[in-house]
Amino acid sequence: MQIPRFWRQIPSRYNLIGVQCENCKRIYFPPRTVCPECHRLSVGKMLPYKLSGMGVVHAFTQIYEPADGFENQVPYIMAIIQLDEGPRITAQIVDCGIEDVKIGSRVEMVFRRLGEDGKAGIIYYGYKFRLCK
Amino acid sequence: MRDVAIIGIGMTKFGELWEKSFRELGIEAGLKAIADAKISGDLLDALYVGNMSAGKLIEQEHVASLIVDYSGYASRHLPAVRVEAASASGGVAFYEAYLAVASGLYDFVMVGGAEKMTDVGDAESNRELCATADNEWESIFGATYASLFAMMARRHMYEYGTTEEQMAQVAVKNHRFGSKNPLAHFRNTLTLDQVLNSSPVATPIKTLDCAPVSDGAAALVLCPWDHARKFTDTPVKIAGIGLATDTIALHSRRDMCTMDAVVRASSRAYHMAGVAPKQVNIAEIHDCYTIAEIIEIEDLRLVKKGEGGKATAEGVTDMGGRVVVNPSGGLKARGQPAGAVGIAQVVEIVEQLRGEAKERQVQGAEVGLTLNIGGTGATAFVSILKREN
Repeated sequence: MQIPRFWRQIPSRYNLIGVQCENCKRIYFPPRTVCPECHRLSVGKMLPYKLSGMGVVHAFTQIYEPADGFENQVPYIMAIIQLDEGPRITAQIVDCGIEDVKIGSRVEMVFRRLGEDGKAGIIYYGYKFRLCK
Repeated sequence: MRDVAIIGIGMTKFGELWEKSFRELGIEAGLKAIADAKISGDLLDALYVGNMSAGKLIEQEHVASLIVDYSGYASRHLPAVRVEAASASGGVAFYEAYLAVASGLYDFVMVGGAEKMTDVGDAESNRELCATADNEWESIFGATYASLFAMMARRHMYEYGTTEEQMAQVAVKNHRFGSKNPLAHFRNTLTLDQVLNSSPVATPIKTLDCAPVSDGAAALVLCPWDHARKFTDTPVKIAGIGLATDTIALHSRRDMCTMDAVVRASSRAYHMAGVAPKQVNIAEIHDCYTIAEIIEIEDLRLVKKGEGGKATAEGVTDMGGRVVVNPSGGLKARGQPAGAVGIAQVVEIVEQLRGEAKERQVQGAEVGLTLNIGGTGATAFVSILKREN
């Protein structure tokens, strides 16, 4: 991925910054410029909103045929997480075995290395999730 | 708006066609469609081409002009449009071609779909399929195309009790159909055990739950219904069409077990055709993974929500069942050249409605449906085709 393309999303990928529509108070992640409920009324009113990083597993899978750059992590667990504030996001679940993951398991965000651009390229960091103790 | 007929169909073999280039595939399908329509190519007013990813897969953009050129019509300066909507590119090209004829802008239109996927390795073709999801918020975190359908499957199992055996039944059925299709990528049959024991891709999806990546092309000739009988005794009417969209990322959908775009696109098509779901005899739908067929037969309302797996296991969608689903072998066995899929589905339904499907023929088929989806369901296109005597 090109550096600016990653760099411009750093607040969301490092700190789970989404947006809240000032008009209807709904919360979105990733950030959107226009609220799907309020449309034009929301323009300029989508304000940054930091999500707590707490949520539950909505669906999950263990990947054996990896995405590009994830070969050394196989098998790894991907999930769709239902965040407490409402939005759902796609992320890895780490620090556990697949047998410990259930739909409804409580999870929290952790800050981890996502990948890198080859041996000498930049390293990408961002959110993953782990099971709550 | 005028009624529109399909008067010509053509399709190449689907598969790993190393000896054939993208342009050769496109031309072959187009020439077959023109021969089938028994018209001169000089009659054509325009060309529409569905193609997902030639820029990445063969490093060639601008493919609509390319196909016109190598068809020998560059000197006629034929209008040509490429349409991209991920794996629904073919379906959406068909939609555009239909509108062009129905509106009266053009009389004779060719619409094709083509994809050359095996000039690159599996890693690159899979990366292209991943690019049809939300690259910045799904793929970058390690999600693959298969893993997204795997999470739909997991959720469907959780909410409705769908089983891995039921999913495997989709592969067994579609390979049995594909074994009777001379143009199919895979012509081998599969047993339930072979599917269930194949290696994991993204649990619960296994290798034999996945459609392959293929090379191939398919094409149609459309014209106004009122002209159709001059060219063929068996014109097929495009009775209804529906196109719909949804969130690009799976995680933002209202319900992960329902493709709302499929519900909407099919509602629009059923309404336009004046057809109820129970009247559909045959359907060619988008089984890129076996779970997709199960969810789609529910969302098309061919079976009740949550009962797609059970209905499949009971043979409702098999030969002799209430609605025969994917008699061509589907994406699973006929193959998956992304941009060609939506057109190949129409080719199969037309063959069936004409009664020319030989060993695959579904007796008495009068109403057929196609469903072509893009990504994990961010685009859905449905057509309803009818034989009218």
